[in-house]
Amino acid sequence: MRPDSRLHWKTRVFAIIVVLSNALGNFSLAWGMRHRETNSLMDYFAAIFSPWVMLGISLLILWLLSRMALLSWADLSYVLPVTSLGYVASAIIGRFFLSEQITPQRWAGTLLIVAGTVLVGRGSPHAKGEL
Amino acid sequence: MKAWLLLGIIVASTVMADLLQSTEMKRHGEIRDFHPRGLGRLVANLARKKYLILAVVFMAASFFAFMTLLEVADLSFAVPASAATLVFETILARLVLKERVDSRRWVGACLVACGVALLAK
Repeated sequence: MRPDSRLHWKTRVFAIIVVLSNALGNFSLAWGMRHRETNSLMDYFAAIFSPWVMLGISLLILWLLSRMALLSWADLSYVLPVTSLGYVASAIIGRFFLSEQITPQRWAGTLLIVAGTVLVGRGSPHAKGEL
Repeated sequence: MKAWLLLGIIVASTVMADLLQSTEMKRHGEIRDFHPRGLGRLVANLARKKYLILAVVFMAASFFAFMTLLEVADLSFAVPASAATLVFETILARLVLKERVDSRRWVGACLVACGVALLAK
């Protein structure tokens, strides 16, 4: 495999991990915190050690590490628009699992984000060409 | 007034966290070893980097400011804040990190920023 082709594939795989771990992590946290009263410190501890919140925290740690790995070779100005697909993933999860409405305005927003992501994603992850 | 102050804290701390992370990870170089033992060593090594520790502090500040913002303002005010962050960070990636931001990336960042602003209800 050519070096730049290898880097493109690696970048895509990591971008997908970053996007999915962020969207699913936030969803797990939101789901775990639903209808939960946190009045005292003990309530917070009970919430943190509940299965959904633990899953959410684990996914967000994966998000942080995979994003840092991606930044070890890809430019910040590349990573930001490409991983913004997480907003779209969150909107879709909200639509199917939390029964949130997606208005025409939100669909337009989703399309703009996808367009921006595809546009930047087709370029090189590292524009200085040192890798 | 409080909402604008919190928004300022969120934008500034997110921008700082990302610039610090990007600087430190570029200094480290491309990660190639993804075996569990290699990853363990990598995490232990990265956890000692001052810029990354500082980045995590800024991320925590941004997170708590965001939670506080949600108490005084709607999500429709809070979410477009992240869109503003994206544009700021692209400008600073060019000026501070000296990244080569071509027209494709500028247009992409603007499209995404407008999209995020529209996503807010």
